[in-house]
Amino acid sequence: MSVLEIRGLNKHFGAVHVSRDISLSVPEGQCHALIGPNGAGKTTLIHQISGVLRPDAGEIVLAGRNITASAIWQRAQAGLGRTFQLTSILPSFSVLENVALGAQAKDGSSFRFFRPAARERTLNDTAMTTLERLNMAERAHVPAADLSHGERRLLELAIALAGAPRFLLLDEPMAGLGRVESAMLTDILADLRRSIPMLLVEHDMDAIFRLADTVSVLVNGQVVAQGTPDEVRNDPAARAAYLGDSKT
Amino acid sequence: MMRVDRSFLVMGLVFALLLAAPFVLPLIGQAYLLNLLIKAMLLAIAAISLDLLIGQGGMLSLGHAAFVAIGAYAAAIGLDSGIENILVLLLIALAVSGLYALVTGALALRTSGIYFLMITLAFGQMTYFTLTSLAPYGGDDGLTLWSLATLFGSDVVQSGGHLYIVILLTLLVTWWGVHRLSNSRFGRVLRAARDNPERTEIIGFSVFRYRLTAYVIAGMIAAVAGLLTVQQAEFVSPALATWQRSGDLLVVVVLGGLGTRNGALFGAFFLVIVEEVLGSFMHEWRLLYGPLLVLMALYARGGLSHLLLPAPKVSDPAKSGAAKTGAHLVNTEQAT
Ligand SMILES: Nc1ncnc2c1ncn2[C@@H]1O[C@H](COP(=O)(O)OP(=O)(O)OP(=O)(O)O)[C@@H](O)[C@H]1O
Ligand SMILES: [Mg+2]
Repeated sequence: MSVLEIRGLNKHFGAVHVSRDISLSVPEGQCHALIGPNGAGKTTLIHQISGVLRPDAGEIVLAGRNITASAIWQRAQAGLGRTFQLTSILPSFSVLENVALGAQAKDGSSFRFFRPAARERTLNDTAMTTLERLNMAERAHVPAADLSHGERRLLELAIALAGAPRFLLLDEPMAGLGRVESAMLTDILADLRRSIPMLLVEHDMDAIFRLADTVSVLVNGQVVAQGTPDEVRNDPAARAAYLGDSKT
Repeated sequence: MMRVDRSFLVMGLVFALLLAAPFVLPLIGQAYLLNLLIKAMLLAIAAISLDLLIGQGGMLSLGHAAFVAIGAYAAAIGLDSGIENILVLLLIALAVSGLYALVTGALALRTSGIYFLMITLAFGQMTYFTLTSLAPYGGDDGLTLWSLATLFGSDVVQSGGHLYIVILLTLLVTWWGVHRLSNSRFGRVLRAARDNPERTEIIGFSVFRYRLTAYVIAGMIAAVAGLLTVQQAEFVSPALATWQRSGDLLVVVVLGGLGTRNGALFGAFFLVIVEEVLGSFMHEWRLLYGPLLVLMALYARGGLSHLLLPAPKVSDPAKSGAAKTGAHLVNTEQAT
């Protein structure tokens, strides 16, 4: 059974048709990569899945539950974790508190008004374990505003992971990272994908070929090719539309 | 890590001074100053609640005085209809203000930034005009109360008894309660939503519900200040709900330092003292008050609390967030 299933998704921005009948499904334990040129509609698709934008038509099903009409936070509660193309963290919080907030979202009610959250062991432990997993433990007490760009990208992933998501939406997690950082993040995602299925938007082809089980090529809002990385690499339509004009 | 929280030390000191005042001031023939302190404490209670909205929640309200007025009128109307027990009046004031906050907040929180400010201002004005039209309770002129609330028949909660101490205790409980709340899970979500509402929602929190809850809590605290105002002034009038009163509260909070533990407290005492000192030697004291605010805004960013207690380098999340709040509010206004 697939964890995320999208059926016939359509979205217009005025006259522009940014999502054309998009259907895809991601089974347990798999990484589905979404590639395509700038402006193809990748982020718009992620926005629709996470609830930031509503599709004009189509359905989104997460772990058997139709979430097409759910609010953003309800989708997160249903197990959807996501990161943003433009890093989005809480700069005035410490790194640990950023991640602890992610843990807090899935650890019972947050309508608790009295006990200091910063002293909640379970939240801090979850946050710390998550940071260790991303090799960021020693940065735990730094204000998030002081992190480097690469560290912020990792922090965003940490926030999402601390909520123990059933599914991850990653919008260009490698964007702006150096080669070393990229390689490290690729390793981390390679470890994660068997336990948390993911939809990965990425331009870094090395990462795609290493991580993806399935690749969808999006051009002008439409999926023009879908298959294993090798199939897509050899697909004439995909090459013409996208791979052809990239440097590889 | 052992670190004594300075804001606790400061509050402890302020509390000790306030506690000593009713014993010391009469000895040196300055008992009339107690009324001034009561005024400042009542203002501080309302300002602490407003800071919960603005400093912690990023909700810039310009209608907060309406809640003080609602608390005061709930008590006054209760008294007028023969309810004397202050605990019953308290429950009524909390219920009415809470319900009012729930309804107006649910509408106002569909917006943010400058639009939120406009809507809260509009609700404040509606409250004001509604109160002026309450003919049985004095309309424009307000209502003088011939009997005040008692605690099961005892006058401890009146000026003749220990109203000063009751107000001081209420201030302390408010300060401590809001402090705990700011550091709780709830407060953390509220601050996260202030800094980055989209992120907070994506993490899995309904920003609307958290903000609305904070709005209701803040409104209820302000209403308590209103109830105690009645005990002190023995009089209510729609003037309590004017937007100038809301503006004063806003000034207190910003002057004191947004989102800082003691800012609202400092701000309230500062305003009352400045008003008294300037007012004592010139009638048009507001002529000086304006430029003073301008200077404070230009040179005392972070407010009095920042001037008196410069932030330590290792930042406390609740405080470090506050420093950014001003900027955040501006951003929200521009973005929306
Ligand atoms: N809110 C919006 N209103 C109108 N048009 C929009 C909006 N957001 C995006 N678009 C347009 O929709 C198209 C798809 O944008 P989208 O951001 O989804 O592309 P993308 O595939 O993520 O591109 P990139 O690789 O640059 O991130 C673009 O032409 C963009 O200009
Ligand atoms: Mg994009």
